[in-house]
Amino acid sequence: MSETVSNVKTLVIDEQEVSALAGQTILDVARENDIYIPTLCHLEGLSNVGACRLCLVEIKGGNKLLPACVTTVFEGMEVSTHTERLQKHRRMILELLFAERNHICSVCVANGHCELQALAQDQGVTHISLPYRNPELTVDASLAQFTVDHNRCILCTRCVRVCAEIEGAHVWDVMGRGINSIVITDLHDNWGSSSCTRCGKCVQVCPTGALFDKSKVGSDHPKYPDFLPYLNLMREAQ
Amino acid sequence: MTIEELEQIAKSVCQENEKYDFEVNVCMDLACSSQGAQQLKDALVKAAETSGKNVHIRRTGCMGPCSSGPLVRVDPEEALYHHVNADHAEAIVNSLGGAPVPDLQCDLNEHFDKQVRVVLENAGYIDPEKIDEYIARDGYKALLTALTEMTPNGVVHRITESGLRGRGGGGYPTGLKWGTVAKASGDVKYVVCNGDEGDPGAFMDRSVMEGDPHRVIEGMALAAYAVGASKGFIYVRAEYPTAVGRLTAGLRDARRRGLLGNNICNTPFNFDIEIRLGAGAFVCGEETALLASIEGKRGTPRPRPPYPAVSGLFGKPTLINNVETYANIAPIVRNGGKWFANMGSERSKGTKVFALTGKIANTGLVEVPMGIKLREIIEVIGGGVPGGHTFKAVQTGGPSGGCIPAEMLDVGVSYDALVRLGSIMGSGGMIVMDDTSCMVNVARFFIEFCMTESCGKCIPCRAGTAQMFTLLTRFCNGSGTMDDLELLESLCSTVKEASLCGLGQTAPNPVLSTLKYFRNEYIEHIVHKRCPAGVCNIQAPVTDQKEVLA
Repeated sequence: MSETVSNVKTLVIDEQEVSALAGQTILDVARENDIYIPTLCHLEGLSNVGACRLCLVEIKGGNKLLPACVTTVFEGMEVSTHTERLQKHRRMILELLFAERNHICSVCVANGHCELQALAQDQGVTHISLPYRNPELTVDASLAQFTVDHNRCILCTRCVRVCAEIEGAHVWDVMGRGINSIVITDLHDNWGSSSCTRCGKCVQVCPTGALFDKSKVGSDHPKYPDFLPYLNLMREAQ
Repeated sequence: MTIEELEQIAKSVCQENEKYDFEVNVCMDLACSSQGAQQLKDALVKAAETSGKNVHIRRTGCMGPCSSGPLVRVDPEEALYHHVNADHAEAIVNSLGGAPVPDLQCDLNEHFDKQVRVVLENAGYIDPEKIDEYIARDGYKALLTALTEMTPNGVVHRITESGLRGRGGGGYPTGLKWGTVAKASGDVKYVVCNGDEGDPGAFMDRSVMEGDPHRVIEGMALAAYAVGASKGFIYVRAEYPTAVGRLTAGLRDARRRGLLGNNICNTPFNFDIEIRLGAGAFVCGEETALLASIEGKRGTPRPRPPYPAVSGLFGKPTLINNVETYANIAPIVRNGGKWFANMGSERSKGTKVFALTGKIANTGLVEVPMGIKLREIIEVIGGGVPGGHTFKAVQTGGPSGGCIPAEMLDVGVSYDALVRLGSIMGSGGMIVMDDTSCMVNVARFFIEFCMTESCGKCIPCRAGTAQMFTLLTRFCNGSGTMDDLELLESLCSTVKEASLCGLGQTAPNPVLSTLKYFRNEYIEHIVHKRCPAGVCNIQAPVTDQKEVLA
């Protein structure tokens, strides 16, 4: 038994040699090494669902695009994060989001602090070539503290996950299928009369202006989702 | 239950059958039942009583050519009657022992000659709710032989040797999958049967579950023994109430006979099956969504890996196969892997059941050896396009498949050949279209299906299919432009490459294949504002109206 299986993997991301622990995801390793991969549904501290498809990367030897947030590393892996093919899909996915509901930045409470807006700027989405769908969606302001505006929702399900996994209340869930999906509280009750604990975690993790604090809107009040990893760490330490 | 007891049952069924001089088999599958097969059977029973003849009237599962139903087969003469109704009952009973009724006899020799029946060998010959009739046709023999004479590895080896590939559409080698689950660590493992058949125009799995439910149960039990599982689930859509009823009855009878439960055949092997109903979501046919649905969660797919073979139902190693795959298992174990591998083509072994629908003379179920030419299926077995129309395309693989044009009909049917043509094998739906079908409209239909059935989890599928539907609707109503066509192709590429699960990744196939083979029809719609097939309701362009007014 001279050789033991190494727990450390070495791989190449965008021609940069990096090391990783077995079981780490490509996204984890990339972030540790300051290699930028765009994400939207991913949030440190929550489980990964691999739904937004923005973090797709190419791996040498395979034709399939794989989501960096859930794909674990292997020895000798060669990852490309910014090929032309990937960039084209990323821009299309962002366009699809902008055309899906009513995202009008100039009148949005999250203007300047919106992850969708930032990603569009970052990826160079200057105009939308797809037809806008302009759906008629509701705004639920029945809760005293917070409001949900479905026009701004991108169905990333961060609110669903933070409520179930961190707060343990599981008030949020998704209703309907496909293009008609919406997030709901309890069994589609008004937020105000739901079993919501009013903790506000969902508002802090929402990447857009879909969930916002009624008392704090506008450019002076960004959201702070960074509490999550710290909260998880402290819980584990107990 | 031991093998001796099994043989005893088979013997007593044969003795029972020998008491009768004649057998009249009435197909009571959904298609025949909807055309009055039940009344027909009642009338036959009555006519037999009055005539005093010694006749056994039996209800059976699907006999195949559904468009000729209600079907009746008289044995031992093997005379097949089509379009039978209750008024014909007396004539049929009177003819027994003499010449067959000439007006009712159907000439489907060509239809049956080219077929090889493995999966459907019992359908049309046994009463699906009588376990003893299944046993009399070598039923459960494979299971008891495997339990008493073979090791689990031996069973896996036999399946690997047969070259069987998953019949749900993907075509993953079944033996490899079984071997992976068998090797996965863990005390608790599950065996799952995917009976969530949802492709438009596909009804193979329904007919197997309704016509020969024990075949599926035996296949699952063999799988459980091979991989080391003791619990199975059959996931059936609630829209198949007859299938659910037949499976429920089948499970009950198998338990009573000691073919399910603890210490089957006095061995340490324990296995039982539970039925779970799907609530109508197409996406629940995707394996990870199906498993989530069984767990009681929202039926949405999750990224793989981990594959279900490693972490599946309730996080345990899970073997998940389609109904038709399980239905192939018992004959393979009984007759050996080589027997199965002798049928079919180089890389696609055995037979495949197809559901022929659309503009074709003989709609219904057919089972053919792999490698058979599409032309033979459509022109010989299917009887060609009726009504003097010409064949235009065949859609294989449902909404995830593609349209194959007339020029490509000489290709042999196999997993790889269909993929090369831009389609897929899929579960086995085959929709034939003639010159009255508009291919743009067909693509729009399938995209609408994918749009409404998308689960909404990932963006490319959720919003992408909706945008594709909008663009295709523009073409169909005459407002589309060449820029829209470019946009559509760009969308297809993103939805295909970036979607999370198989539903999204294959959703653009109907559009891509029609663009590949029928691009001129798109151009006609866009540039000349004309639907060549005359299906789309395109309003005359504004410029034309001005000319008329001038």
